[in-house]
Amino acid sequence: MRVEFILNGRRVAVDVEPSETLLNTLRFKLRVKSVKRGCERGECGSCTILLDGQPVTSCMLLTLQVEGREVTTVEGLEKDDLFRRLVEYFIEEGAIQCGFCTPGILLTAWAGLKQGRFKSVDDVREYVANLCRCTGYVKIINAIYKAATGVAGR
Amino acid sequence: MYRLPEYDYYKPRNLEEALKLLDKLGDARVLAGGTDLILDMKTGRYKPRSVIDIGGLKELKYIIDTGEALRIGALTTIQELVDSPIVHSKTPLLWEAAIRFAYWQIRNMATIGGNLCNASPAADTAPPLLVYNAVVKAASLSGERYIPIGDFFLGPRHVSLGRSELLVEVIVPYKSLEKYGSAYAKIGRRRGHDISVVAAAAAIRVEDGLIADARVALNSIAPTPVRARSVEKYLVGRRPGIEVFREASKLVSSDVSPITDVRAPAEYRLHAAMVLVEDLLLESYKRSFRGGQE
Repeated sequence: MRVEFILNGRRVAVDVEPSETLLNTLRFKLRVKSVKRGCERGECGSCTILLDGQPVTSCMLLTLQVEGREVTTVEGLEKDDLFRRLVEYFIEEGAIQCGFCTPGILLTAWAGLKQGRFKSVDDVREYVANLCRCTGYVKIINAIYKAATGVAGR
Repeated sequence: MYRLPEYDYYKPRNLEEALKLLDKLGDARVLAGGTDLILDMKTGRYKPRSVIDIGGLKELKYIIDTGEALRIGALTTIQELVDSPIVHSKTPLLWEAAIRFAYWQIRNMATIGGNLCNASPAADTAPPLLVYNAVVKAASLSGERYIPIGDFFLGPRHVSLGRSELLVEVIVPYKSLEKYGSAYAKIGRRRGHDISVVAAAAAIRVEDGLIADARVALNSIAPTPVRARSVEKYLVGRRPGIEVFREASKLVSSDVSPITDVRAPAEYRLHAAMVLVEDLLLESYKRSFRGGQE
């Protein structure tokens, strides 16, 4: 079946099976490799994308479900000021080890910042629940909260 | 890598079309948010011939305050409940269940109607809805009917909807609970973002120093989410107090039939349920003379 949607600001059209998940379409047909295949059960958050601005796990979506909608991955935010600032905080805090969870976390954090959801560190913990198997989360949470409060350096 | 089974995919443009499809297609599954169905198809629990994707039906996405009840469209997402000031102020138990529901990404997809129709014994929205005596509206080509939430769950993954019926609305009467104190809590294996080991909601109303009404509901501890009727019956007419709440909470065992699974052994579940009920009754009682819920 033919499906059309907006990927990072550009209209794309692709032929998919009804049983195809958005995760697989993005990775294997559209070559968007920042979207990671982790648990494939909606638990880890590594495959997070933004659907009309809201973070969702692309392993739990059929590609056909996003017909006509806007899909954003980190590639689509490269020039966004807030996103660049967020990345700077990640670098400054050393909030990355293997990097596998990073794109999903950046997207979730960016959406949370954009929507003003982080009034406290606990809000960051509540809303950015993506799994990371390396860092122990502290640096990630700090980086995001710094971005939310705009506090530079420490 | 998981593979989904093959099926025919249908995307109705409006409710009418959806009901016609449901009526026409025999072996069909309704796809709302997909957070249960997609996983259940990946693991092979369901292999439907057809999938009807109702996700695009905007007419089933709303929260309306009638002054007596909230009318919530079946496709309202769990995060939309979290973000709704009306849900927060009028139905705080439902709001608390929503904020403790999985995590953000899943809440952005999962819908209240899907959570109920999937009929997991662990359905997060069920305990509060049972306490509010919610009613669900089912629609089919032959019309509409209303089903009290207490009659909705028949067993694990089994609800009292006919083959060609669709759950379209959840009605949550809150006005009648205004003089109650109420509380909700969920126990998972970790603090957040997990399927419950047991969750419970409670509400009590005290009149002239005696308990006039009590409502207690739990999930994950019986084939369906349940009201703890023995606990409720014991409480009515008694003077509220820690001892009474403790005795009442012991009666949970006659209302439930916990099982052992990957999340917890049956004995733990039952013990946790009793502790939870006792705590929630006490908290509800405190809140009942502080002007209700908070």
